[in-house]
Amino acid sequence: MKAAVISFPGSNCDFDMLYALQDFGVDAQIVSAKQTALTDFDAIFLPGGFSYGDYLRTGAIARFSPIMSAVTQAANAGKLIVGICNGFQILTEAGLLPGQLLVNATPGFICDEVALSIANHETAYTNAYEMSESIVVPIAHGEGNYFADDDTLARLEANNQIVFRYVNNPNGSVHDIAGIMNERGNIFGMMPHPERAIDEVTGNIDGQNFFKSILSSILTNV
Amino acid sequence: MTIVKNNELTPEQVRDSKVYRQWGLTESEYNLIVTELNRLPNFTETGIFSGMWSEHVSYKKSKPILRKFWSTNARVLQGPGEGAGILDIGDGQAVVFKAESHNHPSFVEPYEGAATGVGGILRDIFSMGAQPIAVLDSLRFGELDDAHTRHIVDGVIAGIAGYGNAIGIPTVGGEIGFDPVYSGNPLVNVMAVGLMDQAAMQVGQAKGIGNSIIYVGAKTGRDGINGASFASAEFSTEHASDRSAVQVGDPFLEKLVMDATLKAVNAHSDIIVGIQDMGAAGLLSSSSEMAAKAGMGITLDLNNVPQRETNMTPYELMLSESQERMLFVVKCGEEQAIIDLFQEADLDAVIIGEVTDNGRYILEFDHQVVADVPIDFLTHAPKQTLPMAEPKRLLSMSEVQYQPDVSNLKQTILSLLAQPTIASKAKLFRHFDSMVRSDTVIKPGGDASLVRVRGTKKALAMTTDVNARYLYLNPYVGAKMAVAEAARNIVATGALPIGITDGLNFGSPDNPEVYYELDQAVAGINAVAKQLDTPIISGNVSLYNETDGQAIYPTPMIGMVGLLENVRNATTIGFKNVGDKIYIIGETLDSFNGSEIQKMQTGSIDGQLFGFDDAAEMSSQRLVRTAISQQLLASAHDLSEGGLIVALLESSFLGQLSFNIKTALADKYLFSETQSRFIVSVPESQVVTFEQLAGQKATLLGQVTNTDEMMLTTATQQIILSRQETQKVYQESISWKLKA
Repeated sequence: MKAAVISFPGSNCDFDMLYALQDFGVDAQIVSAKQTALTDFDAIFLPGGFSYGDYLRTGAIARFSPIMSAVTQAANAGKLIVGICNGFQILTEAGLLPGQLLVNATPGFICDEVALSIANHETAYTNAYEMSESIVVPIAHGEGNYFADDDTLARLEANNQIVFRYVNNPNGSVHDIAGIMNERGNIFGMMPHPERAIDEVTGNIDGQNFFKSILSSILTNV
Repeated sequence: MTIVKNNELTPEQVRDSKVYRQWGLTESEYNLIVTELNRLPNFTETGIFSGMWSEHVSYKKSKPILRKFWSTNARVLQGPGEGAGILDIGDGQAVVFKAESHNHPSFVEPYEGAATGVGGILRDIFSMGAQPIAVLDSLRFGELDDAHTRHIVDGVIAGIAGYGNAIGIPTVGGEIGFDPVYSGNPLVNVMAVGLMDQAAMQVGQAKGIGNSIIYVGAKTGRDGINGASFASAEFSTEHASDRSAVQVGDPFLEKLVMDATLKAVNAHSDIIVGIQDMGAAGLLSSSSEMAAKAGMGITLDLNNVPQRETNMTPYELMLSESQERMLFVVKCGEEQAIIDLFQEADLDAVIIGEVTDNGRYILEFDHQVVADVPIDFLTHAPKQTLPMAEPKRLLSMSEVQYQPDVSNLKQTILSLLAQPTIASKAKLFRHFDSMVRSDTVIKPGGDASLVRVRGTKKALAMTTDVNARYLYLNPYVGAKMAVAEAARNIVATGALPIGITDGLNFGSPDNPEVYYELDQAVAGINAVAKQLDTPIISGNVSLYNETDGQAIYPTPMIGMVGLLENVRNATTIGFKNVGDKIYIIGETLDSFNGSEIQKMQTGSIDGQLFGFDDAAEMSSQRLVRTAISQQLLASAHDLSEGGLIVALLESSFLGQLSFNIKTALADKYLFSETQSRFIVSVPESQVVTFEQLAGQKATLLGQVTNTDEMMLTTATQQIILSRQETQKVYQESISWKLKA
């Protein structure tokens, strides 16, 4: 499997994601947001950070980066697109995922480790998790308050597109949503950081099955 | 200062109006400049002398004392004098660290003051060629019942978060304290730690005739003009709104500058001669100091300086403290590689001058020479040896130790836990991203933080510490205790303390009592640093922390770094297993003057500070380090403010386990702050080995339990505390006070 980690100016979890993928044996590399082609890759990761400083609205400028048309093409071709934190915000801004990430219900950046329940086990992102499992994953964001209108929420619920939910909602997200995918299941975004939870040395390995899930689904589909 | 170009004062007008006095130059300093130049300095020259000879840049008042710092051992690759100090950590790698204060700006404009403090110290680290890996904050505020203090706290926390989180360097630790003496002078000290290959080491020197001076990063604006002079004067409430002296930060831009700088260091070390960040006194101090260190001269063409505003004067361009700017010295003829690299990141990179051999600092503007002064003279402010006097308060202090009122033991414990100095700061620290880069092994809330060195077994422990109340009662012994406590924090993780950076926050040095405190504090730091073999390799001095004549406590923040050879041995403060035995290491004595309980019960601190036993300190630390290296300990926690009871409760809260303790000590000793103590927990299987190793140094207190009840039996009574209820007081007290 070949994976691209997109580095936008201001991305700061790009190397965390790269190292995480490499730890799972993935042939991963950093690709600058100035590039325009992603045809060589099976999966594309949009990492956390503050793309272009996020001074306007999170992800609002990054969606206009040269790379984004290649991301859209890859998405249309059915390749896996994974946005974590700022990456999720960019995917909603780009219209590749529905909804919007607003300022936390209590304004202010929160860094913590929070419990998530797995709302759909049959996805490319969760198939390696046990059925009853609730996991603890780091969060670090000021704008993680997921919002969508009622019709969209109804569709997300009906199609099982909600992948992770917060057990104790930290940011005001509707329906406790922490991560969603598109209807086809190949585009995914979440605010928590599974790439920070893969090594016993740093005290949390609950993110390991996230990467194992992606790996097994890619291997079965490629 | 908005003097329009061509409308500047003439040299004669400068002399007659004595404008230089507003900028902080004394009469005798001005006269010395006139004598040395053998003419009247013009407006720009007078301005650059005022910046370079400010205390903040020149350390002219503190240097006679700072020279006494001990700063050499086998690990030291770079001591004081560069952007940051560097220590050898083996395998061809080095750790780089330094602290900086942003006290004055944070009082005037808390968000930007704190944010640019983070930005400035990070530039010090990456200008050495090191990748920053962690930030720690040492903060002091007034009491939270004051609305203005709450405003400052909110702004400072948001500013550190806003900058540090965005640039993607984790804020892994630090400490926050509250005392009325800081209400008009909050302290914002930021320490940054970086990691580098020794081969990539850079210094800020401008060598080689004809080599080019390249300006990179943000454009220059009118922010922070002559901020160094601003930081070198006392505050008065009349002038407290001096906002022009505060800079505005842009973490996004700094991330681009940081990444490009490190890329340049890796790819082009053969053509880069020197790198220096533009900090205090901006372009002026960075360029003149680089040339002075190399024994060279420099000529700058100020028309080439990238500018954000129109009609900027040479004075403004030289003294602006606009953020996110760096100077590179690059070999003549090789400039394009560096310029291309920065332009690729959409950053300005412009040749603004060259290195000369004439020893002169020459500024050109609109084809005219606007300054021409000897560089050696400019960068060496006349030293001042100031008078010292032992503070009067120290001469008549009671020798008797305060005796706490413990008639209601349970209530005393709960009240103590609610004190802002003791209560959990987690609600403040959670605004900081402590995990970005995915290397944080021990997060905020422990004794010291621990960051792994990816690709090796090693990890770096880091902490900041000082209890200024102790220094107020005894500057020498209090400073010793600050270093000792920082080292205990490091040792409790299992790491070996290897070096110190300091942030010396004091009142006005022109007050002989304050100057005495500074001298004694440095002597105290040295005394313990030598015993620990932890040289002081970098630091920062912030003087004039006075508002309306009220000085802060002498507050020398100690930033310490430790090396853990095997990260698998990392030890945390939380209890781990039911049944583990709990021991106290070190002796508990009558140590209450300056303690948290004295402050809580009497509203002030008073009396002679209790003693510090150097030998006991070293032997306690040795024992804990040895026990951890032999994997005998499940947890280790240093005892500090609030004494034994607070340490026990913190180990319980973090481990989500309780304790059953029985001690022969009388109730009051639960609150004693005797130094050189730890509590550790030892698995049953290691008890025999541990007791053999510890001998008389350790005393069994009891064991770890898994109920909600924390049982405590003293010489006179037994009390039971609910862990859930007690922890709520500990966790929530700060939030309650902030919302008040």
